[in-house]
Amino acid sequence: MSSETKQILTTDGIPLEVSLKKAEKKNKIKAFLLVAPLLLFLFITYVFPIGEMFTRSVDDKMITNMLPKTFKAMEKWDGKELPPEDVFAGFYSDYKVLIENQTQGKLGQRLNKEKNGFNSITKKLMRQIKRNKIDESQSIKEQIMKVHKRWRDVEYWQAIKRTAPPYTMAKYLKGMDMYFAADGSIAQVDEDRRIHRILWLRTLEIALFVTIFCFLMGYPIAHLLATLPMKYSNLLMICVLLPFWTSLLVRTASWMILLQQQGVVNDFFVMIGLVADDSRPEMMYNKVGTYVAMTQILLPFMVLPLYSVMKTISPSLMRAGKSLGGTPFIAFWKVYFPLTIPGIGAGCLLVFILAIGYYITPALVGGASGTLISNQIAYHMKTTLDWSFASAMGLMLLSGVLVIYWIYNKLVGVDNIKLG
Amino acid sequence: MSKNPEFVKFDKVDKSYDGKVLVVKDLQLDIAEGEFITMLGPSGSGKTTCLMMLAGFETPTNGEILLDGNIISNIPPHKRGIGMVFQNYALFPHMTVYENLAFPLRVRKIEKGEIDKKVDKALSMVSLNGFETRMPGQLSGGQQQRVAVARALVFDPAVVLMDEPLGALDKNLRESMQYEIKHIHESIGVTVVYVTHDQSEALTMSNRIAVFNDGKVQQLSSPAELYEKPVNSFVAEFIGENNTFNGEVSDISGDECKVKLSNAEILSNAISVKSKGDKTTVSLRPERALIEPNEKMDNMFSGKIEEVIYHGDHTRVRVNLLGNPEFILKVPNSTSNLELKVSQEIKIGWNSYDARALDPK
Repeated sequence: MSSETKQILTTDGIPLEVSLKKAEKKNKIKAFLLVAPLLLFLFITYVFPIGEMFTRSVDDKMITNMLPKTFKAMEKWDGKELPPEDVFAGFYSDYKVLIENQTQGKLGQRLNKEKNGFNSITKKLMRQIKRNKIDESQSIKEQIMKVHKRWRDVEYWQAIKRTAPPYTMAKYLKGMDMYFAADGSIAQVDEDRRIHRILWLRTLEIALFVTIFCFLMGYPIAHLLATLPMKYSNLLMICVLLPFWTSLLVRTASWMILLQQQGVVNDFFVMIGLVADDSRPEMMYNKVGTYVAMTQILLPFMVLPLYSVMKTISPSLMRAGKSLGGTPFIAFWKVYFPLTIPGIGAGCLLVFILAIGYYITPALVGGASGTLISNQIAYHMKTTLDWSFASAMGLMLLSGVLVIYWIYNKLVGVDNIKLG
Repeated sequence: MSKNPEFVKFDKVDKSYDGKVLVVKDLQLDIAEGEFITMLGPSGSGKTTCLMMLAGFETPTNGEILLDGNIISNIPPHKRGIGMVFQNYALFPHMTVYENLAFPLRVRKIEKGEIDKKVDKALSMVSLNGFETRMPGQLSGGQQQRVAVARALVFDPAVVLMDEPLGALDKNLRESMQYEIKHIHESIGVTVVYVTHDQSEALTMSNRIAVFNDGKVQQLSSPAELYEKPVNSFVAEFIGENNTFNGEVSDISGDECKVKLSNAEILSNAISVKSKGDKTTVSLRPERALIEPNEKMDNMFSGKIEEVIYHGDHTRVRVNLLGNPEFILKVPNSTSNLELKVSQEIKIGWNSYDARALDPK
């Protein structure tokens, strides 16, 4: 009894647990210090930018900062009828400050995004103010309403009020072809303007098919790699890894040379008489080109995890399956295949996640139908400079990948993934 | 049912992997129904290749293998109905013990109730009842081994092949498993072809042993005969311990011959020597030579003790005898034991019948 509850002491009389903790503490600190630079690196290059992206994607402080008095006055306004005098007065004084700082143009552009027609009426108001046509001793509401009839439209004031919160989900809605309607509800954009949804679906479709193609091609290759004698398997392994040694751009360009209508593959088809010279099939600037090039580029990511798993499967297991009476197919399907599932999971997940964010290859060989969501992100980063929208879409992509990872975890279990 | 003495027949089987070297040369081997036969030999002697040919994983380069009178060289492994226990057990790691055992039955489309019965019977045979739901990874090496044996037997195969099945077990477990497999064999009467390089395993378990070397069966006989009457110096050397003298036949008459060594002449049992002048290696088991024998023996020489090693139940004595400094004697530790000391001169005697004049090494 007492021996169970009695504390065990070391020879020096210190309780064993304390002594053990002390002894392990040094090791723990050492281990932490070893990984600390990596942790710091990860934080700086990964966690911090993602956080930064998130704040950028929801950030809507610009107008909040531009119109502080307006929004203060608007707090009491119910937003149903035209706002009272003090809202107009607040807007007038805010706008005057903006004109002095010469930043009134940005306000016009931003409000125009919220509701069409703002740009012209803010410019008109600016001209009136610059010419000192506004008499500050009179009712400012009356004078502004006279500038343009839209200033008398309550919808425009409602639009200003909607921009009041410093954060907005508008960018995320835009990424899904939706927007905040005038009454604040969420509405879909017109059917002929829904481009992002098409892009999302196309991205998913291409990633899915590329994963399937990679699996169908990678599985036999990995099996061959794992079962061939060393000298042949090394050679084959070099062939599989060769693409890694060539620049992505060069590989994509060489696919362009191969696949174009006057390209090597088409020439070959014509030569062996498969197609007529005047009806060469288009294999580039469409999905075919995207599939071919992306499958080839992503194939090693499928082969390597499969290979590392297959390498550990003893060949005697297949033999056992056969000697016990299973046909080669049953032995494969019941014994070999289930044992490779961890590798399949790892390979598919890797290829799918890489494919979903793919960018250069589809842009170069995919043509119009090769534009994927990452091309759209790049477009907004570089061309429209709408970084907050690009950030929002980037985060949507990231959360999509996380969802896939979660589903995969539910179905197969992440513990089963084997990368080597 | 009379037992077929040629249940498994290797008929002039040759096997070569590269077209240059024969791994198995002109193998002629008959295995009787219900027999426990062991293929014993050093690694690379062709014994595992023979087993793989019988299982169907290798095809003979020449010759035929017959199972119960039918040529099986062209039958794929899964149709041969031969059970096999692999060196590393080859249990399916993603299946439970039950599923492992049910696998051969399921592929034969046996109904569920029958499968349950057979699996239960097979598990009780290896005393592993209650382990049905365990995964192979949760079992100890010995238990995995038993599951592998049960799996190879569960579908009532005519022949069970075992490829060094006990190689990965520790010594004590190996010995107890040897008896267990032997008892299973005795109780169900299946034909077993067992491959090992461990001679004591072979001697313990088998009805007959085929000693392989260099792609050929050197000797095929019962364990006792193999040990007592090796037909050539390879077998004599490979099985058990062995004292050898190299010399030349100086006289031969019937079964007996005189062999001239460098400094003496010994009487031997003529086995592979035919005529006077033949070179020969005389083989003598250590326990057949006695120290200071009471009875009259026809070979009697004296030698100097070089080393005495205590082994518990016996003492090994190394003697320099007739120019052979490696002559070993096994002396049982009994109360009447002699005081043996290094550098002591002792008399050693043996019967000429036990000294076998074999082919020269």
